[in-house]
Amino acid sequence: MSPGATPSRAESLVMTRDGSVLCLRMYGTWTQATPGRPTPAVVRAEFAHHDRVPDAMWFDLKGVTQYDSALISFLLQCHDICIETKTKFELESLPEGPRQLLRLATSVPQAEDVHARVQAMNLFARIGTHSMNAAKDTFEVLQFLGDCTQALFKFISFRARFRWADVLLEIQHCGADALPIITLIAFLMGLILAYVGAVTLRPYGGLIFVANLVGLAMVREMGVMMTGVIMSGRTGASFAAQLGTMKVSEEIAALRTMGLSPIEYLVLPRMIALFVMFPLLTVYANFVGMAGGLVVAMSMGLSHAQYLHQLTGAVDLNHFSIGIIKSFFFGLIVAATGCLRGMQCGNSSAAVGLATTSAVVSGITCLVVADAIFAIIFNQLHM
Amino acid sequence: MPPSDFSPAISVRNLTMAYGSFVVMRDLSFDIGHGEIFVIMGGSGCGKSTLMRHLIGLLRPAAGKVFFNGVDFTSADEEMRNQMLHKFGVMFQGGALWSSMTLAENVAFPLEEFTNLNAAAIRETVQLKLALVGLRGYEKFYPSEISGGMCKRASLARAMALDPEILFFDEPSAGLDPVSARRLDELIIELRDTLGTTFVVVTHELASIFAIADRALFLDASTRSVGGLGKPKLMRVQSENEHLRLFLNRGMVGQRHMHDPATGAPFLFTHKTPQV
Repeated sequence: MSPGATPSRAESLVMTRDGSVLCLRMYGTWTQATPGRPTPAVVRAEFAHHDRVPDAMWFDLKGVTQYDSALISFLLQCHDICIETKTKFELESLPEGPRQLLRLATSVPQAEDVHARVQAMNLFARIGTHSMNAAKDTFEVLQFLGDCTQALFKFISFRARFRWADVLLEIQHCGADALPIITLIAFLMGLILAYVGAVTLRPYGGLIFVANLVGLAMVREMGVMMTGVIMSGRTGASFAAQLGTMKVSEEIAALRTMGLSPIEYLVLPRMIALFVMFPLLTVYANFVGMAGGLVVAMSMGLSHAQYLHQLTGAVDLNHFSIGIIKSFFFGLIVAATGCLRGMQCGNSSAAVGLATTSAVVSGITCLVVADAIFAIIFNQLHM
Repeated sequence: MPPSDFSPAISVRNLTMAYGSFVVMRDLSFDIGHGEIFVIMGGSGCGKSTLMRHLIGLLRPAAGKVFFNGVDFTSADEEMRNQMLHKFGVMFQGGALWSSMTLAENVAFPLEEFTNLNAAAIRETVQLKLALVGLRGYEKFYPSEISGGMCKRASLARAMALDPEILFFDEPSAGLDPVSARRLDELIIELRDTLGTTFVVVTHELASIFAIADRALFLDASTRSVGGLGKPKLMRVQSENEHLRLFLNRGMVGQRHMHDPATGAPFLFTHKTPQV
């Protein structure tokens, strides 16, 4: 050992300077499971300890009894240090096995612009990126709505190209297949409304007005709203998942390359199906909800004749039509949000999950916002 | 059989492909002749499929243009584009069959949309196309009920349904067993010879490249530009681009144990001008 060379010791690594050459002598087991393995930081520390960087790094692995990728990983990082400091890495000093692995690992140089693609952004860049994404997203939504409107006009003027078989299939999926869940939810909704009404009205002897409450609440708000929520979670999500999966498996690209519009072939049938079925489901939900109220009313001593008489007096066509008018729009909203999120889906299975979640969230949000707007409009119209 | 008259079916001029600000390939220019089998090759992630997606209009070029039969495809209006698209058949990497339709319906769909054939004629055509790709008898199966390789072949049948002028294949033989891959190569050559179809094939299967390609375009990821364009067998020995030679020799330039996949002979010593 030349004078001035300080051996820095770790359990299984001895570093010595031999003139301008740094020798790394390694001993014992170098496996992932070995506790307290030396890290490349030790080598860096050795570099920092000396004024001069060595000209070459030389290895002696004769003392290594057992090794796995832990050793190769250590060597690779030493190799990186060598590149950084322009030190010669004595590959030939390694035994055959590690040498070959290291040669493979270093044969393809790290791509230069990889870092640029994943670089961390500062605050301003992040705000800018977010704003640009938001603008892009808004543009996409508008584009989608424009395309849908165009497709609807084409449909009305009998020029749209799509398959009626798809429409019928979707009608079955979103209409008939949804009946059980609609029945359950609407019935319980009527039941809940009746109980809430009874709590307030019974002390005043106005139990009979439970029929008014249930009837009006169901036909004006709850029937269409609960149908909307169910349809969002059930049909909107399934539209997003279907279209998202079709996008991932390039089925939509296949349509496009045939010169066929995915909006007309995929979105339009779904919109038509929900536009037709949503009002029907809403009417059905309204009646089931009233039946739920009837059960509660009868359990509290009212006769069904009283309840029905009160109900027919309270709910006129005006109230009824409010729910129906909304239901046409809600159908379009649920179909549009579901299809939009599906068409916007990225190219992985994770993206399909996100699209589905996003379809439900934006679907319900849009429904509530639209409902509020309708409430204001109908109030202005004294309906 | 090399194309008799070289009038370009597809012309690409100064095409630059980019995802956002990340440039994939820069300034590509090349022509593809009528009835040519043209292979786009290159290492993984170099932008082969991206190039194909630009050619078929799924992605818009950052710069440059694509022409079909001399007509500008890139800036054509929607109606024009759709008309041009009807002359294409595309087979996607994963098959991209419509999962809600049976194989027969998948193949019949373009026929129903774009031809006036009656139901019986469509059924016959569908049977023929499925038979050509070795899927006779699978008409009533859904894509989810058959294997990935079969989906791929069915997708080929669908791409061929309208007897298109140009067929685009994205990695046709990936995921196929060697026998099916070979059959597919034969089918490609057969279709070109009988119907004069132009083929654009994206692949990195060397055996396939040497067997079918009239010419091949090598995309060099390191320079983000064309690494070579010509007959693959010639480029294998003559190209000055080291990446291309490595690619065509499976990474072993100048080693004695390289064999010609067609003849089995060590190609470096018996090489002669290929007869495609």
